[in-house]
Amino acid sequence: MTPDPEETRGSRAERRAAWTLVSPALGAIAIFFALPLIAALLLSLTDFDIYALADIHNLRVVGAANYLRLLRDPLFWKVVRNTLVFVALGVPLTLGAALGGALLVNSKLARMRGFFRTVFYAPVVTTLVAVAVVFRYLYHPRYGLINHLLGLFGLPPVDWLGDPAWATVAITLLAVWRSFGYALIIYVVGLQAIPESLYEAAQLDGAGVWRQLRDITLPLLLPTTFFVAVITTVGLFQIFAEPYVMTRGGPLYATTSITLLMYEQGFRWWNLGPAAAIAFVLFLLIIAVTGLQAALRRWRRT
Amino acid sequence: MPVNRKRLAAIAVNGALLLLAVLTALPLLWMLSASLMPTGEAMSLPARLLPSRPTLEHYAALFSRLDIGRNFLNSLILATMITAVSLLCNSMAGYAFAKLRFRGRGRLFAILLATLIVPPQVTVLPLFLEVRSLGLINSFGGVLVAGLATVFGIFLIRQFAAGIPDELLDAARLDGASELRIFWTVVLPLMRPILITLGVFTFLGAWNDFMWPLTVLTDASKYTLPVALANLSGEHVQDTELMMAGAVITVLPGLLVFLALQKHYVEGIVMGSVKE
Repeated sequence: MTPDPEETRGSRAERRAAWTLVSPALGAIAIFFALPLIAALLLSLTDFDIYALADIHNLRVVGAANYLRLLRDPLFWKVVRNTLVFVALGVPLTLGAALGGALLVNSKLARMRGFFRTVFYAPVVTTLVAVAVVFRYLYHPRYGLINHLLGLFGLPPVDWLGDPAWATVAITLLAVWRSFGYALIIYVVGLQAIPESLYEAAQLDGAGVWRQLRDITLPLLLPTTFFVAVITTVGLFQIFAEPYVMTRGGPLYATTSITLLMYEQGFRWWNLGPAAAIAFVLFLLIIAVTGLQAALRRWRRT
Repeated sequence: MPVNRKRLAAIAVNGALLLLAVLTALPLLWMLSASLMPTGEAMSLPARLLPSRPTLEHYAALFSRLDIGRNFLNSLILATMITAVSLLCNSMAGYAFAKLRFRGRGRLFAILLATLIVPPQVTVLPLFLEVRSLGLINSFGGVLVAGLATVFGIFLIRQFAAGIPDELLDAARLDGASELRIFWTVVLPLMRPILITLGVFTFLGAWNDFMWPLTVLTDASKYTLPVALANLSGEHVQDTELMMAGAVITVLPGLLVFLALQKHYVEGIVMGSVKE
């Protein structure tokens, strides 16, 4: 990186003021973010547990042992798989609902667009814990509203939170419900950036609605889709409050996410060393997904 | 003929919108409705959508018997404190990064942006140990330290502050105003719109935050609303209507803030999603 010539041109008073202004924020970030970040890496190389919490002298450095043990732990792999299933189910559902909703809201035929946008966005600002509590009752196998609605269509009741496979679906649906509004707004912004003239030209060529969608809208929305997909993936990788409140990770660990396992290891069993290793594996997964997205975007440009 | 087809299309579009909106709103509407039902009615067959006779008894029970007013106040105090402090820190830093020239500015900002990729899970464990060694466990200070300044906030402010004309700042300098004075009297008032936007974001984030307050606060009297609600939901699984009233109390303030300041909020999402 070449040093910015702008940087050196300021007066002394300006430089001093600049440092005064940035130092509270930088200080806070250094002490309460950067320091813990480095400490987390070191922590993951120790056997920090409840004895070390009581007396730091009980701490031993174990090197990569926490990571190696994770790799051999079937529960860890189960939890990674659970998290990947949340992502594999949740990302397409979120993107589909968001894109569909955005196309509808943005349609020239739509009425009361502002109202609909507000409704779709409302779940995003709700408290996850509270809506997880609400959904737990909606999913009740006997009295829940969801099974009742399924019954109206002649569908059999589902044991949403009691059956391991359905519990994964149930938690994913809550996550999708809560976050598709965000993706929808981003899609609306993307849609509004597409020049109207492209559609007019396509109409002159006799292209119908579907052709226009396939040949203009979707390709031009691809960067938006990349962005939304990564944000959604990263969000689902970190899923925590939903299983914590609705299932406690059960039944049979079917809904334990990476973050929930980390929380339980760290703050329930006080195995902070192993928990830190779990957190770093999560971090690596997030870096991998973000890197993949960056690579895809570069590849598309060339 | 084409007029008819267009009309049909309009009905399809608006019908689909309405269906999606009903599905989206249903959980929240049911929460509100169930919170007003007499005990036992929300979990009875046949399922009902509306209370047979609306009652506020569950709200009364929450405030009198379960002292949820305490938790409401805790949430309000904490979210307000976090919003005020982080707005100040972020706006100072964001303005300096945008408008003041100092060595290392570009590199420092690049490093800050790079940290956005770090998930909070990574820092939560050592941060807990740090807060513990500072003696801040079970205190609002312990919750606050994690939100003193945010990279996202600095980024948002910087984007906005970059648009402030240099002539304005230079004119104030010629008048002999000090740099800090310029920030306080010229820049801050100009940044009002973005401060509102970021303020709404920060407040809602702090209000809805779960994992960090859950970790730091150990005493029920210190719990924020989400932590208290998660705790209650374990003990009162059978009391559906009571839990729904608790959910309404937790969700409603955030929703109202969002509805009142929606325009600013949506601007923030759009700004935050624009990649350099």
